[in-house]
Amino acid sequence: MPQIVTANDLISGDVVFRTADGAWARDVNAAGVLADKAGAEAAHAAALADVKAAVVVDVALIDVTAADGKVVPVKLRERIRAFGPTVKADYRADLKPYVA
Amino acid sequence: MYRYDEFDAAFVHERVAQFSDQVSRRVAGEMTEEEFRPHRLMNGLYLQLHAYMLRVAIPYGTLNGRQMRRLGRIARVYDKGFGHFTTRQNIQYNWPALKDIPAILAELAEVEMHAIQTSGNCIRNVTADHFSGAARDEVADPRPYAEILRQWSSIHPEFSFLPRKFKIAVSGAAHDRAAIRVHDIGLEVRRNEAGEIGFRVLVGGGQGRTPMLAREVNAFVPEKDLLAYVDAIMRVYNLYGRRDNKYKARIKILVHETGIDELKRQIEAEFAAIKGGVLTLPADEVARIEAYFAPPVLAEKPATSAAFEAARAADRDFDRFARVNLHPHKVPGYTSLTISLKPVGGIPGDASADQMDVVAELAERYGFDEVRVSHEQNLVLPHLALDDVHAVWSVLKENGLATANAGLVTDIIACPGLDYCALANARSIPVASRISERLGDPDRQEAIGPLSIKISGCINACGHHHVGHIGILGVDKKGVEMYQLTLGGSPDETAAIGEIVGPGFDSDQIVDAVETVVDTYMRLRASPDETFLAAYRRVGEAPFKEALYGA
Ligand code: HEM
Ligand code: SF4
Repeated sequence: MPQIVTANDLISGDVVFRTADGAWARDVNAAGVLADKAGAEAAHAAALADVKAAVVVDVALIDVTAADGKVVPVKLRERIRAFGPTVKADYRADLKPYVA
Repeated sequence: MYRYDEFDAAFVHERVAQFSDQVSRRVAGEMTEEEFRPHRLMNGLYLQLHAYMLRVAIPYGTLNGRQMRRLGRIARVYDKGFGHFTTRQNIQYNWPALKDIPAILAELAEVEMHAIQTSGNCIRNVTADHFSGAARDEVADPRPYAEILRQWSSIHPEFSFLPRKFKIAVSGAAHDRAAIRVHDIGLEVRRNEAGEIGFRVLVGGGQGRTPMLAREVNAFVPEKDLLAYVDAIMRVYNLYGRRDNKYKARIKILVHETGIDELKRQIEAEFAAIKGGVLTLPADEVARIEAYFAPPVLAEKPATSAAFEAARAADRDFDRFARVNLHPHKVPGYTSLTISLKPVGGIPGDASADQMDVVAELAERYGFDEVRVSHEQNLVLPHLALDDVHAVWSVLKENGLATANAGLVTDIIACPGLDYCALANARSIPVASRISERLGDPDRQEAIGPLSIKISGCINACGHHHVGHIGILGVDKKGVEMYQLTLGGSPDETAAIGEIVGPGFDSDQIVDAVETVVDTYMRLRASPDETFLAAYRRVGEAPFKEALYGA
């Protein structure tokens, strides 16, 4: 199963995803999708260097499905991290609605 | 009114300065996360699913208008415009940035507040009834005693390295609104035949993965011996409490494994040895602390208010609110009013910055500058003249705060669950919202009567599901959210741990299952006066089981 690297931005705490060129993005679709184990391990190791450099915290490799430019984490927990809380709240317009 | 004294002020300012420095070093990369984590946790800062989360203590749930307004300001400036009131009489901010934490802590310190979670294996912040100092059935305000315990325990070196964290709750009345039976030590203020104040002492309650109810170890400990007696309990716990296994380290396990009679003997022996010594509480010390919590001076009024009665007669909605959300006050002509943070379909415990401002304003204008946070995740205006209730309600109504459901089926407690919490197995809040929508019709709710639903997203039980009349526990079954239903729990003086009724339900079925339980109760209750809990205790789980799972 394809994987991506996720973490939280150190300063804002925001959920971020590692892009193919080693940057961190808030949009899960910008994540670099890692098709094989070797690629996943290399990206994970590079991400851990960013933990050392005080850029991000809580790095993890997560399973996703990727098709038509849409990256969707497999686990509900990770979908909630990627798309925001599923609670109904009108006054939080800046939280993207959850799509399964 | 709770005031923190010079000791606290100096301590808090020192802590803010210290933590601000740690944050700058962390942001600059001079400190690793491993080095930083213990410091941030000590200051109430967690890293959750989406962001950091800051937990701010509200000692005894007691706030004034200025403090409430400041909580609102922090929500507006540093968060996404809202805050979340919790079952621990705290407020949590779900989206603060690390770089803003020093500024937030400084703003809190300005209004004598802090985020210092007495975390770790020490005596945690002592909690008390949210109607303290106001309730008609109260023997005495429990908060001074909670504060005495807090001051004593927070400077006590011997109790900083207990086998596990330790929680104490104090109730001022026989009717227990502080859930003292699910705390490590529960204290109930009572009077003996001579009219002297003392405490009934219960030991060994707790929730989490091994829920247990506290047992009585002494029916009456005189006021002056409070610290000596609690000290005796702590000594026995320190000596015999298990340190080999985190899950067996709470005092509840000691009570369970040693037996209450033997433990009682040990405690009494320790107590006999230290009684009358340095821990004896001087009456002037009690008086000094009591002065911190002095109630407002309330002018004598007739027990009924013509204006209030006329308003009730004129407006059905107001009449319902008055029936459901008011609590009897000890002074005639006054009442305590619950501001429900449980709008039908909403998020239990959430308040927007604007709503916090409104509550602050109402407290200052009508409520003698006092607000309380209840462990039911609601707010309370503890002292309100009946004459003013209609004016207060009108403002609450304009601001989405007049839901008439205190203690009813939509007054649901829910932990943050999988929408926010890094430890969660399943979501809690959306389940609460859906149940509340299903059962939210005002007439239906009132017909159902007192019924508490409590939801936790994992076995840590932050949502108190073990003591919900209907408890819901979220579990993860091979990656799918499942919900276990328990029935018959209760947190009050008739405390009980709910019993699992049968196999769990998935997210689509859980609301139907709850409705089935409620409808079954409505069908079998002996009369409209027989509450859900009373009916359950009379008939047991069989009829509910049958309705849920078939014969
Ligand atoms: C979202 C972050 C939270 C985390 C990580 C968290 C974590 C925990 C953990 C690990 C425990 C179990 C400790 C033990 O049994 O030894 C616990 C207990 C508890 N939590 Fe939370 N919690 C969170 C939020 C909350 C909230 C929002 C509330 C209030 C609504 C709350 C109220 C409680 C209570 C009352 C207990 C005590 C249960 C007992 O008596 O053992 N927690 N929490
Ligand atoms: S009960 Fe579990 S899911 Fe809910 S807040 Fe506590 S730790 Fe998180």
